[in-house]
Formats: sequence, C-alpha cells, structure tokens
Amino acid sequence: MRADALLDQVVDSAEPEYNFAFLDERTKRAIRRAALKGVAIPGHQVPFGSREMPIARGWGTGGLQLSLALIGPHDVFKAIDQGSDDSVNAVNIRHFVAAMSGVETVTATAEATIIQSRHRIPEETLRPDQVLVLQVPKPEPLSRIEPRVARSQKMHAEGDYASMWLSLYEGVALSGDISMGADYPAIVNGNYLMAPSPIPRWDMPKLHHAPFLTLFGAGREKRIYAVPPYTSVEPLEFSDYHFRVEEFPSPCQLCGATDTFLDEHVDPHGGGSTYSCSDTAYCAARREGSQA
Amino acid sequence: MAYTAVRGGEAAVEAAGRIEREYAAAGTVSAEDVQTSLPYLVDQVISEARLYAPELAARAIAEARGDVAEAVFLLRAYRSTLDRVSNSLALDTDTMRVTRRISSAFKDIPGGQLLGGTRDYTQRLLGRGALAGAASETETDVRGDGGEGLLPRVTDLLRDQGLVAERSSDEDPEEPYDLTRQPLRIPTPRSGRLQGLAGSETGAISALAYSSMRGFGPGHPVPADFRIGYLPLLVEHPYADVPVEIGEIYCTECEMVHHAEDEPGSGGLGMGYGFTLGRNERKAISMAILDDAIEVGNARATGPAAPAEDEEFVLYHVDGLESTGFLEHLKLPHYVTFQSGLDRLRYANMDGE
Repeated sequence: MRADALLDQVVDSAEPEYNFAFLDERTKRAIRRAALKGVAIPGHQVPFGSREMPIARGWGTGGLQLSLALIGPHDVFKAIDQGSDDSVNAVNIRHFVAAMSGVETVTATAEATIIQSRHRIPEETLRPDQVLVLQVPKPEPLSRIEPRVARSQKMHAEGDYASMWLSLYEGVALSGDISMGADYPAIVNGNYLMAPSPIPRWDMPKLHHAPFLTLFGAGREKRIYAVPPYTSVEPLEFSDYHFRVEEFPSPCQLCGATDTFLDEHVDPHGGGSTYSCSDTAYCAARREGSQA
Repeated sequence: MAYTAVRGGEAAVEAAGRIEREYAAAGTVSAEDVQTSLPYLVDQVISEARLYAPELAARAIAEARGDVAEAVFLLRAYRSTLDRVSNSLALDTDTMRVTRRISSAFKDIPGGQLLGGTRDYTQRLLGRGALAGAASETETDVRGDGGEGLLPRVTDLLRDQGLVAERSSDEDPEEPYDLTRQPLRIPTPRSGRLQGLAGSETGAISALAYSSMRGFGPGHPVPADFRIGYLPLLVEHPYADVPVEIGEIYCTECEMVHHAEDEPGSGGLGMGYGFTLGRNERKAISMAILDDAIEVGNARATGPAAPAEDEEFVLYHVDGLESTGFLEHLKLPHYVTFQSGLDRLRYANMDGE
C-alpha cells in the first residue's frame, strides 16, 4: 500500500483524539508539581520529565508544557516572541494552545491570565492574578563557565559562585565594563544563581519583588524553575561596576515612548537606525490612547 | 560438524550481494519518485557527496534503499570517475535568486523577511498537515542583486558599523585549498575548513555544533542572514575571456554572528559562515557555528577549550565517508589481529597464576 493511501486510512479511521490542552492529565500534574517545587525553592532548577511536543526542541517546548499544564477552560492566553504577538513562533504557539484547549487568546496584556513569552517581559506591570511563563533555552547560568551539568549542580549545592564572579570581573578587565548582554545572571531570594532566560537587561528589574509569578520552562534541558511573587532578584554587580540596562539613542518612532525596550531598524542606505517598541501590544495601546 | 572457516567466501559474498540487489529491484520507488517526493533527502545527499547532481543523487537513494550514507557513498565513488572540466569563477552569493531569507538578529531587515515554504512555525502533528494541501510552488523569487539593493546583507550593515570582527585572510580567493585534491593538514586555511564542513555529514556536525551551543564552545550564535535560493554559476568563456552563466545551483547560505567581546582574537561580533549545496538548513547553521567556534579555538592562547573549537578534532571526524567506512570496516574479518592479541592475553593470564 502506498504511504499516502495508508495515511488516508489512518486519518479517516483514527483521527487522533487529543486531551484538553494536549498533554495527558498525569503529565500535567507532574509538571505542576515541578513548578510548585520551583516556587518553594526560588531559582532552583527542578528536573522534570519533559515530553516531546509538536513544535521543535528549542522553540519553546518548556514554556509550552508549563502553559498547557496550567491552563484551564476559563484562562485567557497570550503568546509573545521578542515582545511581539505577531512573531512567527508566537503565532504558532498561540494557535496550538487555542486549538488544543479552546481558550480565548488575546494580545492585550492586561486581559491575559497566562502569558507565555520568549525573550521579553511585557512593559506594563503584571498583576498578582497573572502568570508569566518564560521559555528558556539555557536554564543553567553557570554553563558559560562550566558546561558539565554534574559539576554545575554541585556548585549550586555548595553556593560556589566564585568562578561566576571571576568571569564577571574578567569582562570588566577585558572590555572596561561588565560585558554580559541578555540572560544576565541574578541571585534569587539571596540564594541561588539563576538564568532569567534571554530577556534583555531592561527586563531584569521587573522580576525583582514582582507582584506576579514567573515560571521558567526549559524543555530541551528538562528543567523548571520559578520566581515567586515578591521575591528578590538581584543581578550580579560589583560595588564599583554596576548592572546597567540597555540604552537607546531615540524614542519609539511609532508611539514616542522613551521608557520601553526598543527594536532597532537598520536603514540599508546608511540613513542611520530607527527604533520602535519591542512590546507591540503596549505600543499599539499607547497609540490608541493618544488618539482617543 | 563444527563450523570451520574454509574457502568458499566468494560464493557467499556473491549471494549476499544478490540478496540485497533483489530486494532493491523489488522496490517500486523510482529515482524520479525520489526526486519529486523526497527533495530534502536528495539535497542532503548532494551536499554530503559534494556533487551537485540531483538526478544521480535520487538514483543513488533508490539504489541504496534509503540508506543515506550508502547513497552518499555511491555518489562520491561515482564522482571519482568524473573529469574536472573547469573551475567556476568565484561566485558572489549576492546574485542568488532568493526563495527564502530570514534574519534572527533584527526584526525588520532591508528587503524583508521572506519565509518561503517552511514547516518551522507549524505544529508537527502526524497525519495532519502532511495531507492538507501539498506545498504548492508559489515561492516568490527575489534576485538579491546588490546593484538593485533588494536584499542587502545584514552582516554588511553590521560590518559598516565596525561591529564585526575582522577575519585575517592571506588566501588567494581564486585558489581555495581543495580537500578533494589535497589531504587535510592542520592548521588548514579557512577555505579548507569551510570545504571540509560543507561536505560533512549532517548529523556529525549537528552534534558538534549543538555541543558548542550548550556550553562546550563559544556563546549562543544568531543567524544574521540566512538564505536559500538559486545561485548563477559562472565560468570564464574559454575564448572570449568573459564570464558566462552556465546554470544555477540551489543552495543554502548562513551568516552567523555571536557576541564575542570577551573572546580572544575578536573585535566585536564573531562571525561564522555556512554554505551547502541544496536546501540543508540545519547543516548550514551547524557549519557556520563550527566555522566560528574553530576560529575562536585557534585564537585562544591556551588552545581550543572544547571539541567543537578544535579544528583537528572537528575536521578529521565529520566526513561521512571516512567515519562510516572505518566504523563499518569493523565487520571485516579481524581474525589475525584478534588472535595476536589473544595470544598476549593468555600469556598474561598464565603469568598471573
């Protein structure tokens, strides 16, 4: 039998039935338990039995599993990538969650109960009843200095972050200032060193004593961790060389904001760069607001 | 009667080959089927075989019954029989007729993001989508002609701003190091490195590039400019002394950057280059990562810090023909060498008693 005929038969006779929100209920419980453990030990990476998902590893499967494990029929879901609801991967994730759960999806940050994001935290402050799910490519902040997992776990257990500090110092010695960009390591709750996922430094202060829960899901590396509400998140810095957020030379060309993280748009003809808000929903709301 | 190694191997060998040929002959998949239905497989094979011959690659895949390494083997062996008629001129990939082009470094890029056809942003649900609307050939072609300025390179924009580390090159661009004619030597010129990676086995360089991304190598890279399309092939006219277009090759190009401020030998963004015959996205990405990683490894005062940064380690182990050939040679008789070793082992054991 030809493969297409075979597949026709499969599709006709046994269209796969999917559980609410794709994952089976036991898996969801296991993921929620890992998340709860993460909440109980802020910044600690909890291993979990990450499942294969219909999107590729490295494309947000950790965040997606958290979202699917948390979501209920009355939740409202928002997905962003690089701050944008329209970004290709965000569109795909939003469609998938909607198709598998039937929940309402939105772009307005304030209307969402679960916000899954890659590389950004929305500009407007989230409320205590909202959960931020961040997709994490590299959960281990020590991997840049110690790639072996067995060793980095021991370093966490012993609170041995000396080599991390040294690496920070090396950046200062070589380039005159702290040279780390996105995914800036921070001490959570005065204890564990944590990778905040590749959010820009701009977003780091939003995590510190935030009123909302942030869950981090790393599907490929099979870890979940959390920053519970009102928990300290302190980026590494020296008393004389400070953690600093990104700076932009001009405001958003669309809404004029000077207090948001901006995307750079390059002019091929050498006309210099222009900038616009990375958080597209925030930018759109500001523009609507100014028209009203 | 106990099994005794006797002569008669010839008949057995003939029979073994016949069984496999009969199975192959029973297959109903023609080379044409392969070429129309399995274009990604064809592209993988032409890339690993270093021979741009889609029809022959399809035939090799059918004859090898889907064993990719075997198909590459068939094609490479066949390539040895071909005369090298001429060298093309150095190709300017800006002249590519682009069917797909993305940059992950900036949201809006001059010329725009052209997704073309891709499964990247779809859900991999078996049985769905596979049937729903077989991909129609509606790709928009955009000739990247630099003159038109349609698709300026993101890497050029970064370079113009002095953000990309300069790569030293004392090489003659017209005479690249040719691994198909000279053996690999370490250190190898960059052209030799790139050629070695371009003809490598996809899985092998995927694993090494992945190890680099996970921490056993320089940092997380970003494809600044990633293109798929048709590149005009130019040769010099033998009499008229002018460049002549003799056809196009379908290819994938990836220019990868990574923040390398802290790394040795760097003045900003580190850059790696990937290029493959055919559409081989993950291979082009892996190649660019390894090109960059090796550059970093070579510049370290203390030498490469990880396997992916080690030029010798990478380039000696990524050729599919070399690795699969030597791995599978283990199935050959080793009676003599094994016996020789046994003799020593028995002697040592006796000695211990």
